[in-house]
Amino acid sequence: MLAVGMGRSYGDVCLLQNGTLLRTPNLDRLISFDGETGLLRCEAGVTLAEILDFAVPRGWFLPVSPGTKYVTIGGAIANDIHGKNHHVAGTFGCHTTCFELVRSDGTQLLCSATQNADWYAATIGGMGLTGMIAWAEVQMRPIVSRRIRLQSTKFVGLEEFVALSKASTNSEYTVAWIDCVAQGGNFARGIFMQGEHDPDQGPLTPLVKPKVAMPFDLPAIALSRLTVGAFNTLYYHKQMSKQKTGLVDYEPFFYPLDRILQWNRLYGKQGLLQFQCVLPWESDPMGMIQTLKAITASGLASFLAVIKVFGDVESPGMMSFPMPGITLALDFPIRREVSFGLLDKLADITAEFGGRMYPAKDACMSAAHFQQFYPQWQQFSSYIDPSFSSSFWQRVTGLD
Amino acid sequence: MLVARHRNRLTAVAQDLLARGAVKVDTWVMDLDDTAAHPEMLATAADRLGRIDLALIAHGVLGDQAAAEADFEVAAAILHTNFISTVSLLTWLGNYFQAQRAGTLAVISSVAGDRGRKSNYVYGASKGALNIFLEGLRNRIDRDGVQVLTIKPGFVATPMTADIPHNALFASPDQVALGILKAVEHRRDVAYVPWFWAGIMFLIRAIPGFQFKKMNL
Repeated sequence: MLAVGMGRSYGDVCLLQNGTLLRTPNLDRLISFDGETGLLRCEAGVTLAEILDFAVPRGWFLPVSPGTKYVTIGGAIANDIHGKNHHVAGTFGCHTTCFELVRSDGTQLLCSATQNADWYAATIGGMGLTGMIAWAEVQMRPIVSRRIRLQSTKFVGLEEFVALSKASTNSEYTVAWIDCVAQGGNFARGIFMQGEHDPDQGPLTPLVKPKVAMPFDLPAIALSRLTVGAFNTLYYHKQMSKQKTGLVDYEPFFYPLDRILQWNRLYGKQGLLQFQCVLPWESDPMGMIQTLKAITASGLASFLAVIKVFGDVESPGMMSFPMPGITLALDFPIRREVSFGLLDKLADITAEFGGRMYPAKDACMSAAHFQQFYPQWQQFSSYIDPSFSSSFWQRVTGLD
Repeated sequence: MLVARHRNRLTAVAQDLLARGAVKVDTWVMDLDDTAAHPEMLATAADRLGRIDLALIAHGVLGDQAAAEADFEVAAAILHTNFISTVSLLTWLGNYFQAQRAGTLAVISSVAGDRGRKSNYVYGASKGALNIFLEGLRNRIDRDGVQVLTIKPGFVATPMTADIPHNALFASPDQVALGILKAVEHRRDVAYVPWFWAGIMFLIRAIPGFQFKKMNL
């Protein structure tokens, strides 16, 4: 069996073929909230969207936010998610003060940095394999406004991106959109975004904006090199000046894709594959240049590509993905043979330069690659609940 | 004040409400089948709250239709939980609200009470009887300023329906809760939730009996 929340992981970490999935979204109750300290305790199926709806009007924000708010807190811990503030705040696990792990034999383990510390470490980033997280406690961070002070800067080339990242280590949130289609003089152009919670008092209650749903699957041809290239050129040039500043609501800043429900349908019936790797600083910049060149050469890239510098805040998680270096995340439409071939190649480059790939976003890394990326996997496997497994785990440990 | 059978689940809901800012939440553990214990629970609620403005009656069982067809005791137990125990609560609360000349009685019935179908007519009969009881009670105390609201949900994704394969007609508890809230605010008499069930049940009620008896519903 395997506990699964919203099922938003892109690959098979949240799936178990021929097994039982324990759906957690009905575990959606808060347990306690301290308005003085910002300590929030809730059941594991509570989504980040529900936490924001509750906490933002009270002047509190998530300590770490991924690219979508439609994930559960159990999933956030199991995948030890990261966000735009990784360089200063680390992963979600760094702010998870404690949780209860329920094992299939009925044992309930209260886990924290000091209590059952080994289970705490194994479960953070443990891909849901150590048992079921029943509830968790998270340290929220205070805000006085929903607004984010945003500064966007255009760049061309990785060196400029790295320079911008290094110059903005004081910014709480940094991330960049990168054009993975453009070649030649425009190679690795993008827009670097840095943001802060607005320190000035501002609105905390939400502005109600209608959500748009993608009503049907686009034909597979819709996202071609031509259309994506055109989109990227328009997007890059939409910002006329080199640098732009402004105040934006946190929703479009953190969750641009959540505005379009079922955005995955842009990719047609064939669907999409995600890829996310991190390459350590030592490989800089050759590893990332090779990765980007392989992607542009394939012509498969979409416009949803982001690049970010990870910091050195260490996660308590044993199997946590982030490490100091540069991370690149993007998705590809599935085109038989080409897409999987490209991902194999990207995995080879990641391995060659001492990086690793993110299980939560993976659908096809080989067992050999996984075991190279996470040499601690055997030590970790002693914590796996005997009744728990996932299709991902069976794939990368050669058990299937 | 929250009333339910399972202490753990009751505590979880109470904690949730407190964390979200409720000033005070009382709980009372009891099996509502025990109608003799109703007056004590209700009097305590009125006493602790000082005044009751709204009562939401939401307990019930789906029951095992096949078992109820074979054994009267099974059928009687379904009728007792869904109808008789609710009548006990409504009698006390109806008189309380009438004397207060204000209040809202919101009672969860079901679309299944609109027609008797072979797949679940024992459950349907318990809800159908409840609908008529509520209609009569409304006729009696609406003029005293008491709202009597009959809530008719369709399929809702709760533990009660966990064994039924979920289709497009299933609604989430949140959707249904919002529908109930709106019906209370608008002082409705009868509310289908989600709203589209009003259309479906209008059509189903329009099927003539001689045809209905031959259908497989």
